[in-house]
Amino acid sequence: MKSIVCIKRVPDSETRVRIARNGTSLDTSGVKYTLNPYDEYAIEEALQRKEQAGQGSVTVMTVGSEQSAETLRSAIALGADEAVLLQAEPSTDGLAVSHALAEEIRGRSFDLLLFGKQAIDDDNMQVPQMVAELLELPCVTVVVDLNIEGSRATARREVEGGHEVVEFSLPAVISTQKGLNIPRRPNLKGIMAAKKKPLEQKTVDLRASGLELLSLSEPPPRPAAKIVGEGPDAVAELVHLLQDEAKVL
Amino acid sequence: MADILAYAETRSAALRGVAREVTSTASRIAGELGGCVHAVVIGGAGVGEAAVDLAENGADRIFVAEDANFLQYSPDVAVRAIEDLQAQHAYAAIMFPASAQGKDLAPRVAARLDRALATEATAIDTENGEVVVERPMYAGKAYGRFRFAASPALVSLRPNVFPVEQRSAAGAVEPLSVRAGENRVRVIEIEAAERAALDVREADIVVSGGRGLQSADNWFVLEELVESLGAEATLGASRAVVDAGWRPHGEQVGQTGKVVSPSLYFAVGISGAIQHLAGMRTAKVIVAINRDRDAPIFSVADYGIVGDALEVVPRLAAQVRAARAARG
Ligand SMILES: Cc1cc2nc3c(=O)[nH]c(=O)nc-3n(C[C@H](O)[C@H](O)[C@H](O)COP(=O)(O)OP(=O)(O)OC[C@H]3O[C@@H](n4cnc5c(N)ncnc54)[C@H](O)[C@@H]3O)c2cc1C
Ligand SMILES: Nc1ncnc2c1ncn2[C@@H]1O[C@H](COP(=O)(O)O)[C@@H](O)[C@H]1O
Repeated sequence: MKSIVCIKRVPDSETRVRIARNGTSLDTSGVKYTLNPYDEYAIEEALQRKEQAGQGSVTVMTVGSEQSAETLRSAIALGADEAVLLQAEPSTDGLAVSHALAEEIRGRSFDLLLFGKQAIDDDNMQVPQMVAELLELPCVTVVVDLNIEGSRATARREVEGGHEVVEFSLPAVISTQKGLNIPRRPNLKGIMAAKKKPLEQKTVDLRASGLELLSLSEPPPRPAAKIVGEGPDAVAELVHLLQDEAKVL
Repeated sequence: MADILAYAETRSAALRGVAREVTSTASRIAGELGGCVHAVVIGGAGVGEAAVDLAENGADRIFVAEDANFLQYSPDVAVRAIEDLQAQHAYAAIMFPASAQGKDLAPRVAARLDRALATEATAIDTENGEVVVERPMYAGKAYGRFRFAASPALVSLRPNVFPVEQRSAAGAVEPLSVRAGENRVRVIEIEAAERAALDVREADIVVSGGRGLQSADNWFVLEELVESLGAEATLGASRAVVDAGWRPHGEQVGQTGKVVSPSLYFAVGISGAIQHLAGMRTAKVIVAINRDRDAPIFSVADYGIVGDALEVVPRLAAQVRAARAARG
C-alpha cells in the first residue's frame, strides 16, 4: 500500500495567541510549533497500511517554511520513508496551498492520499477536499474507520448525531479524525534512522491569495464570573439569575 | 451579479435547521447588495414540499432537485448542481452551513469554481458593496476579518450563530435537474448514535461534564439536569473524560472536539483548559460548577457555584424542573 500524507507545522494548542502590532499577523516570538494533531492519525494510518500489506511506502509532504523540515523529520522518525518540502511563504488561502500540493502529487502513484481533517492554525477544513477535487479523486472527510478490500473501500465518517458509512474506490483522499487509530510515539531507533532518509526540498510560488486579511482581533473578553455562592444552597439564587437576569431558562 | 445562493441542507427529505439560518443570512446580505436570494435544495422525494417554506426565510427563488437517489448526501451531485447554477446566475456569494455536510461540500465547490472559501464565519456584512466575513482562527483565540479578491464569495456559516428571520411569504419551487455524472463516493448507511440525542453543536443548551464528576457512573446526575432543561438540551464532555472512555468522542467539546455556541452552557467539574475554552467560549451564557474557586473556567463563566458537583447538580435539576413547571 502506497500512501502520501500531507502534514502541517502549526503552533502548539497550548500557545497563547498574541496579535502583532500591525494588526494583521501573529506575534510568533516564543511560540512553540508541533505537527498538526489531526495529521498524526493520517501518518499512523499510512504506516499501519504499509505494515499490514508488507509492502509499499509512506511519503510525507508539506507546504511551509524552511522550519517545516523539522516536522517532516518527526514524521520520518515515526516510520515514513521519504519527505517532500515545498518551501513557500505562508498563506491562509487553502486553495493556494491545495494547488501547490496537487501539482506535486499529480503524476505520483499512490493508493491513499491522507490528510488531517483540519489544521489547528487556520481551522480551514478545506485542503483535503480541494486537493481531491483538483486531482479528480474520491474524497471522504472526517473518517473514524477505514476498511479496504482490493481497490474498494468503505469508511465511517462523523456527522451530526451519528455516522455515515460511504463506499468508494482507490486511489482516494481521506481526511482523518481522532478515533481512526492510536498514533505511535517516536522511538530512538526511528529518530536515528530518520537522519538517513531522503528529504527533498524545493521552492514553490503559491498563487495569490483569494482572501485578503483586513484585520485580526482577539476574542471579545468575557466578564469574570459572578460567584453565586457555595454548595447546593447557592442553587436557588442561580436558577433565579438564569431566569430573570440572563433570561435563558 | 448581486444575487446570493444559499445551500439549504436537507436530511431524510426534510430541511435542517441550518438551512433557515443560511437562507436568512443570505437574505440580509442580498438586501444590502440589492440582489435576490436563491436557495438550492437537493433531497429525496417530498423534499420540495418542505423547501417551499424557505420563502418565509427570504428565498426569492427556490430550486429543488428532488429524486429518490438524492435522499442521501452526494458531494458530486451537489457540486454539479451548484456549479451549473453559478454558471447561469453569476452569484455575488454562495453560502453554506458549517455543518458536517457543508464543511465537506464547500471546499469542493471552491476548488471547482476556483474561488477562495472562508470556513465557519461567525459574522458577515458588506462594506462598499462587497462581502466581508469574520471567522475564528487558532481555535477561536483570534478572529480574522477577510474580504474576497473575486466573486462569488464562498462562505460557510457557523451553526447556531446567525438568527433565523421569519416573514410571511408564499413561495414556489422550481425544479432543478442535475447534470448526470460520476458519483465517486456513495453513502450506503447512516448510523444514528445510540441515544438519538440532539447533537452537541445544534443544541440550545449544553451540559458538559469533566473529570470532576469522578466516574462514568455519576453521569446520571448530568442526564437528570439535561432532562429538567427540556428538549433543547444535550450532553457534552471534556477531553479528559472522553480519553478515559467515560463518554463517546461525539460529545467532546473543544479544540479537538466540537465547537459549540449554545444559549446556555454548563461546565461541571471541568477545569477550563485552553483547549476546552476554545470549544465553548462563544456560548451566550456560561455556568461553571467546580470545587476549586481558582479553576480557570470561572474566568470565562458568567455565573459560578463553588462546590461539589454531585451535591449541587441534583439540587439544580430539581429546582430547574420546578421553575419550568411553575411557568407551565
Ligand atoms: C492538542 C490538544 C487538544 C486538546 N483538545 C481538547 C478538547 O477538544 N477538549 C477538551 O476538553 N480538552 C482538550 N484537551 C485537554 C485539555 O488540555 C485538558 O486536559 C482537559 O480539558 C481537562 O479535562 P477536565 O477539565 O475534565 O479535567 P481536569 O483538568 O482534571 O479538571 C477537573 C476539574 O474538576 C474539578 N473537580 C474535581 N472534583 C470535583 C467535584 N467533586 N465537584 C466539582 N468539581 C470538581 C477540579 O477542581 C478540576 O477543575 C486537549 C489537549 C491537547 C494537548
Ligand atoms: N501547508 C500545508 N502543507 C501540507 N498539508 C497541509 C497544509 N495545510 C493543510 N494541510 C493538510 O490539510 C489538512 C486540513 O487542513 P486545513 O484545510 O488547512 O484545515 C491538514 O490536516 C493537513 O493534512
